[in-house]
Formats: sequence, C-alpha cells, structure tokens
Amino acid sequence: MAEARYTPTELLACVAARLLEDGKSVFVGTGLPMIAAMLAQRTHAPNLLIIFEAGGIGPQVPVLPISVGDSRTFYRAVSASSMHDVMSALQSGYVDYGFLGAAAIDPYGNINTTVFGDWERPEVRLPGSGGANDIGSLCWRTIIMMRQDRRRFLSRLPFITTPGYLTGPGAREAAGLPEGTGPYRVITQLGVYGFDEATRRLMLISRHPGVTIEEIQANSEFEIIIPADVPESAPPTPEEQRILREIDPTGMVIGG
Amino acid sequence: MEILKEGHGELVGWHDPDEHRQWVRENKSRELKDKTMTVAEAVEKFVHDGDFIACGGFGHIRIPMALIYEIIRQGRRNLTMAGKTAVHDIDILIGAGCVSRVEVAYSFGHELRGLSPAGRRAVETGKCKVVAEISNAGYQWRFLAAAMGLPFIPARILMGTDTFEKSSAKIVRDPWSGKPVCLLPAAYPDVAMFHVPRCDKYGNAQIDGILVEDFELSRAARRVIVTTEEIVDEEVIRRAPDRTVIPFYLVDAVCEVPYGAHPTQMPYLYFFDEEHIREWLTLSRTEEGTKAYFDRYVFGVRDFEEYLERVGGIRKLNYLKRVEQLRESMWVPEEGRNG
Repeated sequence: MAEARYTPTELLACVAARLLEDGKSVFVGTGLPMIAAMLAQRTHAPNLLIIFEAGGIGPQVPVLPISVGDSRTFYRAVSASSMHDVMSALQSGYVDYGFLGAAAIDPYGNINTTVFGDWERPEVRLPGSGGANDIGSLCWRTIIMMRQDRRRFLSRLPFITTPGYLTGPGAREAAGLPEGTGPYRVITQLGVYGFDEATRRLMLISRHPGVTIEEIQANSEFEIIIPADVPESAPPTPEEQRILREIDPTGMVIGG
Repeated sequence: MEILKEGHGELVGWHDPDEHRQWVRENKSRELKDKTMTVAEAVEKFVHDGDFIACGGFGHIRIPMALIYEIIRQGRRNLTMAGKTAVHDIDILIGAGCVSRVEVAYSFGHELRGLSPAGRRAVETGKCKVVAEISNAGYQWRFLAAAMGLPFIPARILMGTDTFEKSSAKIVRDPWSGKPVCLLPAAYPDVAMFHVPRCDKYGNAQIDGILVEDFELSRAARRVIVTTEEIVDEEVIRRAPDRTVIPFYLVDAVCEVPYGAHPTQMPYLYFFDEEHIREWLTLSRTEEGTKAYFDRYVFGVRDFEEYLERVGGIRKLNYLKRVEQLRESMWVPEEGRNG
C-alpha cells in the first residue's frame, strides 16, 4: 500500500463533514465535530447552521474554539443565547444533526461516558452525560465519533449514559423519546457504520482505505452486520486538507 | 398522574414550592441598597459548610474564580456542588477538599484539555461521592423549574437510560399525549456565584455574550453572590436595561474583582490562561502537587490581587486580552497537541 498522504484524524474529519447537508442544522461539541462542521461549511454546506449547547447560534467561527462555551462559539453569530433556548430548539425538532463522542458503545448505539465498574465506587470515573443524553434523546440524527477496539465496542455496557436504539426497534418510542430520532452514523478509525432498519443493530457502511473486514470485526466484542459489498471511504482531497490546516493551524486536533 | 418509573439518585436541593415562597418572603430584601463587600466577607456571610452550591458560566467560561479560591482559603467543608458542566471550579474545590458530593451532568473533565486528575482520584477513592446523575439540559431545566416557583418541569430526555436510573427524576404518563414524559424536580442551590463584566452597587448585573443558564440559576438560588470586573454607576445599567440578566433583588453580595474569572475566559475581555490551567492539570496528578498548587496560589497569597501578580501580572493579563480580541494567537502546550 502506498503511504497515505493524510493523517487518520484528517480522514475522520472529512468523512464526518461529508455527512452534513447544506441548509440543515447541527449541534456540535469541541474537537473533531467542530472541525467537521467548519469543513462542511467551507466546502459543500455553506448554509449549515451550527449550534452550540451553551447558547452560540450560527457563528462565523474565526479560529477553533477550545470549549463549547468559548467566545469563539458566538463570534459574529446570529444570536448569543442561552442553554435553555438551544436545548428547547433541540426538543422541539429544529436540530437535524448532533455529534457525540463515546467511551463505549453497544450494538444498538447506546453509549457510555459515565463510569466503568461500580457506579458507587467506580474503577474509572468519566465526565458523565454533559449534553450527550440531550442530543442523543432529542436531535433527529446523531453521529457518534469514537475510537474502535474490543474494550469500546461492547456487547453490553456497564452504564448507558445516552440512548441509542435501546433494546431494538420501537424501544425509543416506548420509552417516551421523540419519534423518528436516533443514532445515524458511527465513525471510527476503521470505518463508518449505520444501523440496520430491521434490527437497529450496528451495520458497516464503509471501511477506511486499507482496512479489512477482519480488522473491523476483530475490533468489536459483538458481531457487526457486514453487507455483501462494502465500499472504501473516500480519502481526503487536497482541497479538504488545505481547509483543515486553515481551520486548525496549530494542529491542536488534527495533528501536526 | 400515573408514575411509570422513578430514578434512584439523591434528590439534591429540592424544596416544597410554598416553603420556598415563604423563605423568599422572609429572607430576600426588595430594597435597593448598597450590597458591596469584599470577596472574603461575601464567602464568610453566605457560604456555609454543607451548602449546596453552583457557579454561573460554563466549564472554563466566566467562572467566579476569586470566590472559589476564597472558599478554599476559608476552609469550607462538605459542600455539595452542581456539576452543571462544572469543570475547573469543581476540580479545584474537590482537590482542596471543600466539595465532597456532586450531582453530575458533566464534571471530572476539562473538555479538549483532557480529564481531571484531582476530581477523578477523589471519586475513584471514595473521597468525593457522586450522589446523582443528570444531563446539561436536565440540570438547567431543574433550575428553570425552581426559577418559576414550580415543583418540577417535564422534559423528553433521560428516558431509557442509566442516567435516568441514577437521577432524581420520575417518568409519568403525559395526560394529554398519553406518552411517557420525564419530570425533573426543581433545584434550589443554597448559594450561586457569578462573575459578570459589570454590575452596580445594588446588584443589577449585566452579562455580555451567551448566558448559558445564568438567567435560570440566579433565580433558582437562595443566595446570590456576584463578582464583577467593575462596579458601574446605576445610570450605566439604566441606559441599557435590556442587558441586565440578574436584577438587584436576586443578589445578596456584590464584589468588585477585576480579572475575577482568571484562569477561565471572560468573553470579549480576556482569554483562558492555558499555561496556568496546564500547571493545575500537571500538579494535580499527585496529592503533593495539588498541595503545592494551593500553597502557591491560595494560601501563599493575601488576596486575588496578589494571586494575579503571581500568575504573571499585567504582562500576562494584557496577553490574555490580546488573544481574546484575536490580536494574537494562543499558546498551545506541546502535550496538548494531538499527533
């Protein structure tokens, strides 16, 4: 295989950016999701509405924000609002896409960012839901970006922080969550996944250049649905790479 | 109403709405009077051992750090803190042994900067207890219910998850749609602390930029302490009343503290002091380092002014101003870079 002329993080940013549509809205956090949204805006989706959970709405972000409440998240924005306002927009159906990170995921796209081990005396304590449960409950389509290995792709989670499809088809609605919502894509360093309509279980959509089906499966504790013909994810174009360097000149997120 | 499910987390900061109304009637003055005092006096008067406390702002944005350091200096203990996305403040307070209980929406992490060594160590060794889980929207809606004088507020979150199981919420059947809906109990902190760009001596406080949940929290809390970059004349407030987020009758103490949010960001005024935040994150990896940090920056200085000298003085503060105004690029620690 020829040496890749891009970093793994650049590929993830491009794959995520291409999922976002022009004229739609996206709830973003810091780091890679922010970069993906900025890249989408500077390529195919100039009218992508970016919303931050702390209240920034529609900013023209000059440099990469460090925090979801950073003043960069409302720089030249249409509104510097409040959490109540944007979370209410989420709850009433105005938000099309939402990004989430995860420490672990199960076959139904439920995610854990709270704790490993016993909740009362944990082995590892993680930050908790933050806005994740809100995004995973309320936005139309959730995109999860995370690292994939056997300790993170788990058959059963020690703690469900944020709802995916819970136990399968119909479970979200039965629990009281808004109809027609749920996880849409999972992006890892190995590939891109969606969810099978009939079972709501994780299904491979594309594998990144050079990644084999065996690697995909070996890095998951549960069985991933693998369709007959799985395409390769398209690598970053020189233009996308140029824009990424513009967005993150110090390489804080995408690497040097 | 039919209760379908109940969370088993501790119910933090709830009061019967009539009890709260009575408390407000007896304890919150509607008189327009001078409430200025020092940070030491405000903490002495309004923050007590065992209180349920919350800070305005968000993560590393507009955090009332002068008050946080003063709470440590005065040695408050057994505080319960709202982890309403509480990051630097809660990490420092847990590290200093002041906060021993947390209701968590987001804590123990510093967003892009990584996880909190001090906060995580305290939870993993049992020194600090997580008493309930919730989400960011959930916490601010708990404050909204309190601000409205209601016992609870419905929301379509948490359902189906362990976050709900460990919360103090309940799921009922909505009498109109017939669907399950989550009821979030009101949360009334004993004291909430804010840092704002300008406030008059009576406590009329204005905020520039996003409000996060400061509107709701300031109305939910029983006692409110405001630190401000400057105390302005009442006339400044009256000329732009649309900017007033926290009106005087909610406020119990006003303290003038320039750069009072350092090392966190004050929108439009100064940027995060990444160097100082990194120093805390590095030192707090060990108990000894944590102690060294507090000896140097809290117990080793007389007050916040001396602290500002110690973190780099006017030269550092001017640099943070230039970065915030996009006139200079920010300092990125080598180990903070990815790849």
